[in-house]
Amino acid sequence: MAKVEQKTVPLNGDTAVAFAVKQCDVDVVAAYPITPQTIIVEKFSEYVANGEVETEFVCVESEHSAMTCCLTAAATGARTFTATASAGLALMHEMLAVTSGCRAPVVMSVVNRALSAPINIHCDHSDSMAQRDLGWIQIYAENSQEAYDSIIQAFRIAENPEILLPIIVGLDGFVLSHTLENVKVLPTEAVREFVGIRGVPLVMNHRGEMVPFKLDPENPLTIGPLDLYDYYFEHKRQQEEAMRRALEVIKQVHDAYAEQSGRSYGNGLVEPYRLDDAEIATVCIGSTAGTVKTVVDELRDNGIKAGLLRMRAFRPLPVQDIIRCLSGKKAVAVMDRACSFGGNGGPLFHEIRHALYDVPNKPPLANYIYGLGGRDTSPYMIDGIYRDLQKIAETRQIKEGVQFIGLRE
Amino acid sequence: MTEWKFTAKEFAQTPELFASGHRACAGCGPAVALRLIMKAARGPIIATNSTGCMEVVSTIYPYTSWNIPWIHTAFETAAANASGIETALKVLKKKGRIKNEHVDVVAFSGDGGTFDIGIQALSGAVERGHDFLYVLYDNEAYMNTGIQRSGGTPMGAWTTTSPAGKVIPGKLERKKPISDIMVAHEIPYVATANIAHWKDLVLKARKGMEVNGPAFLHVFAPCPRGWRSETAKSVEISRLAVETCVFPNWEAEDGEYKLSPQSKVIALKPERKKPVEGYLKTQGRFRHLFKPENKHVREAIQKEVDRRWQKLLKSCGIA
Repeated sequence: MAKVEQKTVPLNGDTAVAFAVKQCDVDVVAAYPITPQTIIVEKFSEYVANGEVETEFVCVESEHSAMTCCLTAAATGARTFTATASAGLALMHEMLAVTSGCRAPVVMSVVNRALSAPINIHCDHSDSMAQRDLGWIQIYAENSQEAYDSIIQAFRIAENPEILLPIIVGLDGFVLSHTLENVKVLPTEAVREFVGIRGVPLVMNHRGEMVPFKLDPENPLTIGPLDLYDYYFEHKRQQEEAMRRALEVIKQVHDAYAEQSGRSYGNGLVEPYRLDDAEIATVCIGSTAGTVKTVVDELRDNGIKAGLLRMRAFRPLPVQDIIRCLSGKKAVAVMDRACSFGGNGGPLFHEIRHALYDVPNKPPLANYIYGLGGRDTSPYMIDGIYRDLQKIAETRQIKEGVQFIGLRE
Repeated sequence: MTEWKFTAKEFAQTPELFASGHRACAGCGPAVALRLIMKAARGPIIATNSTGCMEVVSTIYPYTSWNIPWIHTAFETAAANASGIETALKVLKKKGRIKNEHVDVVAFSGDGGTFDIGIQALSGAVERGHDFLYVLYDNEAYMNTGIQRSGGTPMGAWTTTSPAGKVIPGKLERKKPISDIMVAHEIPYVATANIAHWKDLVLKARKGMEVNGPAFLHVFAPCPRGWRSETAKSVEISRLAVETCVFPNWEAEDGEYKLSPQSKVIALKPERKKPVEGYLKTQGRFRHLFKPENKHVREAIQKEVDRRWQKLLKSCGIA
């Protein structure tokens, strides 16, 4: 049950994100327009133009500068947000690693869109999957409601002094970004209270004094120095430790938010759907989970013990949750909306298979690449995956480990 | 514009915000420029540096030469760094979360980070009108990576990527007129300066900090390693650059070009303008030009220097 009264408003994924950012009292937004993220920057520009926010909006000349501005604004102590997609995210690539390396808690929504070439504006996850190893937390929403909720949670996770890592909140391009949905929104005061004012932890400076971790004329600090073989490795290890701590913090923030809003998404890291007693299951990310849930319900109606594991957090990877949810299943299919060319399966498949490798009763795993460039993924196709899984469960044999579905072969 | 007045003694006593102990080479022009510019600070100040020699020599973790808050992010980002810092300061002050009445923001970048890879971020930042001083310390090549040509490398110069070969005599292209490009952005203040004329340099730096909006300061700063010049002669070479009009000193307030005293003297008494050969001879990077078969390149350089000088005089309303 929700603690606070909420309004239901019609929002698409992009306007839901923009509205959440408005409520979070963000100090600096720096962004560059790219389809299908444009509605976010347009809507936010309106808030600024109408004096509805106390935010400085920097309409930069590229995504590279968008990320850089957010990074240095965050290093100056500001709460920062940006949004991008596809090519824009690819252009940011260099600065994503610098941002996490500087431990700047930037929040970014990625409106997932296919990478060029050929150019395509529709949804797949190739853009954010390509950023996997850059030290960003990655959370994916299933619907616009969750996009709204996740943005609010993201500030509290990223800015936690034990974490100080940037976060991507992914939402599927067009499927979510441009589709109206009834979204329940918290009162702004409740959101402000939930995210608080950004605090800055103390760190040791070059004189051995504890000073606020920001660019502060009263307490000089050198950020982003040359760091060679004598210390770089330790700093990278600290990022990994923060990422591990994030597993717990994501859950805590999710639970605290659930208490306020009455909405929860599994444990915040993974959302199992009718999975406990399931014999066969799929694993997926994003809006496709909505379609899969419908198929699971139909299969259940027909007496087939089907289930779903939706990955909400992709980084950090919730290995223990994957083991807990999938061990002992008779067959599991991992659905990838991205392709790791030449990599023997999609990126999510690699992660899930790796997480289960040491488990004695690990299930047989198949991989399905689907929906690239916005290709429609129908309930019929998903039903076909579960039919395959039934066969695998019976025979314990996988004919084809990696399959492409819903395309001309 | 600036009302700042000081004696040499007073200037020597201003705080060293860019402290000694850094690992720049002997005779490093940029290190001299940074030290002088930081001594021109008028109050609280935050600096940022693009990737390059000055970042590398001043911040080898866990040491730093910076007695002020300082940040480095990447190569092409000096102006975007400043944009983010300046914006954050503005909004945090408005919200009452920082106490400082005003904090100056200074961005340092070399020629590679300015003429080439960082020009997009620079152009965007000044178009948006952020209040910051951008300092280009120009040593005319990518020195940190080992003397590769940049858009700021002058015609005829040898670099490791414009080598003086059997058929190509060094860099064939002209130096990009970066400061004119910045004036064309219609920003409040653009100036060129030179480590040989230190007082002119620090006054211009102070002006750049004082002005409301973006300011661009282009500092000529020799690199003995890359120029194949004597470490003791960096200041002398810098002075020659002005005397030959290879690198004249000028400033443009609100787009109005004005020669600085060291160059104005030459404009008024053209006989004082020295031939460019004397400048070229001080540096090994031009040595190949003194082979008989490369005479035409020397002539082309002189012609180019003269053409640019005439153009500048015209901009200043003198010619």
